[in-house]
Amino acid sequence: MIELKNLCFSVLEDGETKEIIKDMNLTIGDDRFVVITGPNGSGKSTLAKLIAGIEKPTSGQILFNGQDITEASVTERAKMGISYAFQQPVRFKGIQVKDLLKIAAGKFLGREQMYEYLSLCGLCAKDYIDREVNASLSGGELKRIEIATLLARNTAFSLFDEPEAGIDLWSFKNLIHVFEILREQTQGSVMIISHQERIMQIADDIVVINAGKITMHGPKEAVLPLLLGTRPEEGCDNICQGGAECR
Amino acid sequence: MQIDEIQMRLLEEVADLHGVPEGAYNIRANGEKAARNTTANIDIISKTDVSGIDIHIKPGTKNESVHIPVVISESGLKEMVYNDFFVGDDCDVVIVAGCGIDNCGEQDSQHDGIHRFFVGKNSKVKYVEKHYGSGDGNGKRLLNPGTEVHLDEGSYMEMEMVQIRGVDSTERRTTAEVGPGATLIVRERLLTHGSQYAYSFYDVKLNGNDSKADVVSRSVAQDTSKQVFDAGLVGNAPCSGHTECDAIIMGDAKIVAIPKLEANDLDAALIHEAAIGKIAGEQIIKLMTLGLTEQQAEEKIIEGFLK
Repeated sequence: MIELKNLCFSVLEDGETKEIIKDMNLTIGDDRFVVITGPNGSGKSTLAKLIAGIEKPTSGQILFNGQDITEASVTERAKMGISYAFQQPVRFKGIQVKDLLKIAAGKFLGREQMYEYLSLCGLCAKDYIDREVNASLSGGELKRIEIATLLARNTAFSLFDEPEAGIDLWSFKNLIHVFEILREQTQGSVMIISHQERIMQIADDIVVINAGKITMHGPKEAVLPLLLGTRPEEGCDNICQGGAECR
Repeated sequence: MQIDEIQMRLLEEVADLHGVPEGAYNIRANGEKAARNTTANIDIISKTDVSGIDIHIKPGTKNESVHIPVVISESGLKEMVYNDFFVGDDCDVVIVAGCGIDNCGEQDSQHDGIHRFFVGKNSKVKYVEKHYGSGDGNGKRLLNPGTEVHLDEGSYMEMEMVQIRGVDSTERRTTAEVGPGATLIVRERLLTHGSQYAYSFYDVKLNGNDSKADVVSRSVAQDTSKQVFDAGLVGNAPCSGHTECDAIIMGDAKIVAIPKLEANDLDAALIHEAAIGKIAGEQIIKLMTLGLTEQQAEEKIIEGFLK
C-alpha cells in the first residue's frame, strides 16, 4: 500500500518558486489497479518520480506498507518492492536485453522465463534477447522491454508512466493482458499514468490530477463517465471531487 | 623452460589459455621461448637478427589458430620483439596475441612488440590482442605495441584490441595499407585508471578500389588517467572509411580525440565520429530503480560499454 500525506514538491524557476505537487493526499491499497490521468503538465510524472525516489518532496510523507520511505533512496525503494517503468526508457550501449531482465529479476533468470516476459510484451523473444538496449531499438520496442523488466521485477507495487505511448502496433488487448498478469502474479497494486480510455476501462480506481492537485478520485465506474461527459453508472456516488478528504 | 603459476595466470588473462593451446603456438616468458608448436600449415621460425619470430601460414589454411602470448613476471625486464605474420592467399585463421606483465618489484617492466601482417588475397584473419597488468610493486608496467598491416586484394582483417586496467603506460601505433576490395575492422576497448596513460595512434591508408576500414574505440578513463585517441584515415581511391571514438570520462581523467581524415579521391567517403562524456545520470537512476546501488549501476554500465 502506498500513502501520500500532504505531499508537496516545488522547484525554483527563474528565481520563483513553482509548485508542481500541492499538498497531495492519496492512498493506493493492496491489489488495486489505479489509473492517474490529467492534462499535460499537471504533475503526473513528477508524482511518479516522487514515489520512485528520483525526486525528493519539499514537504510531506510517502509511506509504503506503513513504513515512512520519504528519505529512502531509489535503490532502497526498489529493494522494498517499488518498480517504476519510465515514460522514456533509457538506452545503454553494450547492455543487452537479457542483462537488463537479469538485473531486474535480481536473481538467476532462465532463458525460458525471459522468453515468456518478452513474448507477453509482444516481442519475438529470440530476436530481442541478445539485442543491445541501444539506439538501434525503436521507441516502441524500448517501451515493451521496459514493461518486460517490470514483469521480471515482480514487486508489490508497479508504477508505469504512459506505457501505451509508442506501441501503436501492439494491440491494447495484449497490453491490458500484461497488466492483468502482473496483478495476478504479484498480488500487488498497479499504478498507471495514462490518457487512454481503454486503460482506464480496466482500472479499479481513477485519480484525476490538475495543476498539482487531485481533482477527482473514485471508482472507474463513477469517474470515467464524468471524464467522457457521459452519465455515471447507477449507484456510483462514492466519488471525491478535490478537497483534503479526496484520498 | 617451465611456465610458473604467475605466468599461467597471465596466460589465462591475455589468451584465455588454461593449458597448452590447440594448433600452432609460441609462448614467450620472461624474454625467452617457453613453448612452441607448429602444424602442417603453420610454421613458426625464430628470427636470427633480432628478437622475435616469423609466422608462415600456408595458402588455403582454414579454421586454424595461432597463439603467440607473451608473459613477463620478472621485475625490470625490458624487451623489444618483432613478430612477422605471412598469411598466404585464401586463408581463414585466428591469431591470438597479447601480453601480460606481473610486476611485484621496484623496477619497470616493459614489452614493446612490433607485429607486421602480410595478408594474402581473399584471406580472412581475426586477430585478438589483450594487454593485462598485475602486481603491487612500485615498478611500472609498460606496453608499447606497434602493428603494421598490409591487406592484399579481397582480404579481410578484424582486429580486437583489449586493455582493461593494469597497464601504466601504453603507446599503440597501428598503420595499415588496405588493398582493392579489402576490409580492415578494428575494435579497441580500453579502460585506464589511477594515473595511467594510453595513447592510440592509427594511420590507415585506403589504397585500393572499394577498400574499407572501420576503426572503433570504446574507452573508459577513470581517476586521473589520460587517454589520447589519434585516428587518421587516408582515402587514396574510391573507398569508405569510418573512425569512431566513444569514451566515458570519470573522476579527474582526461580524454583527447583527434580526428584526421584525408581524401585524395573524389569517391573516398570518410567519416569520423567522437563522443566523450560522463555516464548519463538517467542510466544510473534506471538501474537503481531495478535495485542496484549507484556504484553497482556504474560498474554495470561500464561493463556493458566495454563488452
